[in-house]
Amino acid sequence: MVWRPTLPTKDTPRLEVRKTYKLYVGGAFPRSESGRSYVVTDAKGKFLANASQASRKDARDAVVAARKAFAGWHARTAYNRGQVLYRIAEVMEGRHQQFSLEVSQSEGLSISKARVVVDASIDRWVWYAGWADKLAQVVGSSNPVAGPYFDFSLPEATGVVAVLAPQDSSLLGLTSVIAPAIVSGNTVVAVSSYERPLPAITLGEVMATSDVPGGVVNILTGSASEVGPWLASHMDVNAIDLCGIVDPEEATELEIAAADNLKRVRRPAEEDWSADQGLSRLTQYLELKTVWHPIGV
Amino acid sequence: MSRFEYAPAPESRAIVDIKSSYGLFINGQFTDATDGKPFKTVSPASEEVLAEVSEAGPADVDKAVRAARKAFEKVWGPMSGKDRAKYLFRIARLIQERSRELAVLESLDNGKPIRESRDVDIPLVAAHFFYYAGWADKLEYAGVGDDPQPWGVAGQVIPWNFPMLMLAWKIAPALAAGNTVVLKPAETTPLTALAFAEICQQADLPPGVVNIVTGAGRTGQALVEHPDVDKVAFTGSTEVGRAIAKSVAGTHKAVTLELGGKAANIVFEDAPIDQTIEGIVNGIFFNQGHVCCAGSRLLVQESVYDEVLARLKRRMGTLRVGDPLDKNTDIGAINSAAQLAKIRELSQIGEDEGAERWSPECELPANGYWFPPTVFTGVSQAHRIAREEIFGPVLSVLTFRTPQEAVEKANNTPFGLSAGIWTDKGSRILWMANQLRAGVVWANTFNRFDPTSPFGGYKESGYGREGGRHGLEAYLAH
Amino acid sequence: MTTLDSGVDSLADVTSSEDRLRRFLLGLPGVDQVGAEARAATLGTRSIKTTAKAYALDLAISMIDLTTLEGQDTPGKVRALCAKAKRPDPADPTAPQVAAVCVYPDLVATAKHELKGSGINVASVATAFPSGRSSLAIKVQDTKDAVAAGADEVDMVIDRGAFLSGRYGLVFDEITAIREAAGDAHLKVILETGELVTYDNVRRASWLAMLAGADFIKTSTGKVSPAATLPVTLVMLEAVRDYHEATGLRIGVKPAGGIRTAKDAIKYLVTVNETAGPDWLDPELFRFGASSLLNDLLMQRTKLATGHYPGPDYFTLD
Repeated sequence: MVWRPTLPTKDTPRLEVRKTYKLYVGGAFPRSESGRSYVVTDAKGKFLANASQASRKDARDAVVAARKAFAGWHARTAYNRGQVLYRIAEVMEGRHQQFSLEVSQSEGLSISKARVVVDASIDRWVWYAGWADKLAQVVGSSNPVAGPYFDFSLPEATGVVAVLAPQDSSLLGLTSVIAPAIVSGNTVVAVSSYERPLPAITLGEVMATSDVPGGVVNILTGSASEVGPWLASHMDVNAIDLCGIVDPEEATELEIAAADNLKRVRRPAEEDWSADQGLSRLTQYLELKTVWHPIGV
Repeated sequence: MSRFEYAPAPESRAIVDIKSSYGLFINGQFTDATDGKPFKTVSPASEEVLAEVSEAGPADVDKAVRAARKAFEKVWGPMSGKDRAKYLFRIARLIQERSRELAVLESLDNGKPIRESRDVDIPLVAAHFFYYAGWADKLEYAGVGDDPQPWGVAGQVIPWNFPMLMLAWKIAPALAAGNTVVLKPAETTPLTALAFAEICQQADLPPGVVNIVTGAGRTGQALVEHPDVDKVAFTGSTEVGRAIAKSVAGTHKAVTLELGGKAANIVFEDAPIDQTIEGIVNGIFFNQGHVCCAGSRLLVQESVYDEVLARLKRRMGTLRVGDPLDKNTDIGAINSAAQLAKIRELSQIGEDEGAERWSPECELPANGYWFPPTVFTGVSQAHRIAREEIFGPVLSVLTFRTPQEAVEKANNTPFGLSAGIWTDKGSRILWMANQLRAGVVWANTFNRFDPTSPFGGYKESGYGREGGRHGLEAYLAH
Repeated sequence: MTTLDSGVDSLADVTSSEDRLRRFLLGLPGVDQVGAEARAATLGTRSIKTTAKAYALDLAISMIDLTTLEGQDTPGKVRALCAKAKRPDPADPTAPQVAAVCVYPDLVATAKHELKGSGINVASVATAFPSGRSSLAIKVQDTKDAVAAGADEVDMVIDRGAFLSGRYGLVFDEITAIREAAGDAHLKVILETGELVTYDNVRRASWLAMLAGADFIKTSTGKVSPAATLPVTLVMLEAVRDYHEATGLRIGVKPAGGIRTAKDAIKYLVTVNETAGPDWLDPELFRFGASSLLNDLLMQRTKLATGHYPGPDYFTLD
């Protein structure tokens, strides 16, 4: 007997396979160690999914993964990092429809407007990808010291960057805070928008399938207010972007906590994610290293 | 035949005219403090009182910030870059003209050898003003956009180890970028900052552009926390830097911090040995080791450990400790009683933890604050003297076997300010320079500074850079 | 960094074959030019005043190899120089004598005669000075002539061409041959550092000369620019210091050419004092190859004694 698929009909519609939205840590997709999840709805309040609610221990694991990945990622050639970022854009293009749907649902945009946002997000990855092998030339320098020394300064990645991603812009905003950190060799622990986490998880899936080494980007879904303080006070995190913290007092608390190991802090500010991004987020997570050597025979 | 004993060769003090007391320099005038008590500044080499200095209280700081704000809005902000440049060039020239006086004053107040204040500190001070003067009318080329803007009023707090050089590192780029400043020198070394105030008067710098408020931690805190300060720049301990980072949290203030260090100075078996020994000595004994980027952890490859130690000790035997004003002094006085106590305490801890302590025979003067050049051997990464900044002429020696181990040990610290590499192998230098997590890497040299060369740390050594185009960037809103 | 670890035995071993010698010399620690020059400059900032200056001036005078090495030299010129050597300052008998008078081989006999009984040595250049471009046989004969005429010290030149082309064995053998020909005379080996160019070469040549039996290593002939410099002398002083550590033997150092002022001479003495150490502050172990330096030392000496600045007309030109 020949097997034939049972095609859905009007009377027997196909039951869809729902996606499980998990965390993305160290290149794997674990559930929260806490076993917690929370309900994600669309902009109108309709149930979309149960997302994992990251705990402080998930944050801790993510920092370990990011630190582990740092040496290797940082040691890659700039050319290679540029290619990896460009690959992210390529793979996103293939998931354009999925991203558009998620952005539309999450942010309450029409599909056509959501498509524009996804376009911009992909283009942003391309823009940052191109920066990989130009940064050192633009922000580095050769220093004409008054003596017989060859002296140059070059930028290097700061290390592990914690990113509390914007709450409103679930994909374009997220892209705009992760890409400038990793392109220069940092590794990232990102906490997605609490109410709009789905594009973040899909972005994690893109990372997993586009040559980004595990641990370079780690994405936690859940509450920045809950996880943020643990990241801000974590002594093995080198920088923190407080973008996703809405309450100024809370941001101040996190900035105070971040001072314990003198993290580089990016304070929350009004952001226009559709505008040209400039250099400031790129240079925020760079250290400048100056090297001297005598010139002689 | 008798030995070649160098007779005393003191630089004359007659060139400096220290007043018995100094007010605060606010809005172009020396004024009395309204709410602080005067304090004394002493020569650490003799404990002689040099002058009485005013302590600025919160009301004085407020007055200074207001003066700076007014000058920013009315004069310095609107002024053309070309004219700002000319004021800075003028200041640079005045510093050169008064260089001997400033060097003597620095050595008196700080305790550093005149050879260093004369040949290093003051020439670099003038060089910094010259360098940044030229930037004032070229800000659009600084790499921060077409229309770079100053922050406004900069509140600057500097340490006692390079009093006037740190002033130059702070004030020159700030003014070039169009900011006005309120600067607080360290309480133990206010005199050259006050001399600089006179230089501002001689240069006819508009009132309020530079304000100098003397005082201790309380004054610094009032300045940093003043709500009308837009930019905070601090050089000093990591502890205070942390407190400042906390105090500006949630404000609009931009911050740069240049903090402590525990630099590894790494010696490979193929190092140019004689220059290496000089580099080790310069790395830790320059300025009595009161240097945030001092090469205080010597990492020596095991295969040459005995030889390096023998040569180092022999060289240390020729260091001349004594009167800072004597032109032949290599190591001067420890800056304060408090710092001396800290150096003694950490050295005692080093001994207690089992490290072996050695100093050459040297006679220390009876008065003043003195500590002999000291080396600790048998030190491991776990020892406190290998982890904590001693900020004195105390070297901890550790060993390594492979370049990888050297990097691991060098980076195994919360600090990341500087590092040294000594080897004749070029590719190894570049590999090491890549691996070291430090803001300044000196290869086959140490403790070199230049106004064009960015300086600053990784990790808990702070953030932001001073010097070069990057140092200017720290004073431009972007 | 093989220098300190090598004992006397292994040093004898390094000269047992050209290959070993080459490996030893190429294995010496490098010299960083900028670091060496910075160190010399710092030593040059020492301020030597009053009693220290008086000591240094007299010491410097006693270390001079008063030199004339001109094509136009005559017995008359040499006799005048010898008179100056014995009594540098006719107005002040307390001024010390110089260490030696240095002349070409044909004028050794004249000098020897003039200096008889004075305690002042006669030094002769030899070995086809200054270029050294002659056969070994002629260089040996040149040396023997000088010694036969009464030279107490022989200042030979090395074959820089051979050195620069890496034929260290040839240079070594030549020095040993001259060493032998010189007999009891003190052998100063001129490296002509201005032609060796790099400090690495200066260090290697210093060791090569010491291993081959030099009593002194000397910077220059005075016929090549640059002649003696402070950093070159520093590197050579480091070499004799290290050689002493390794063998217990003290080798002398002689900067020659270009040192004209008392101020410069004192910088050299400071460098000796703080590099090789006080033991080297002795005419047996340190010399200045100079001529006009002497009058400047004498003028400074007079200034120190009288408190006012003297003029050149008050000092003899010989």
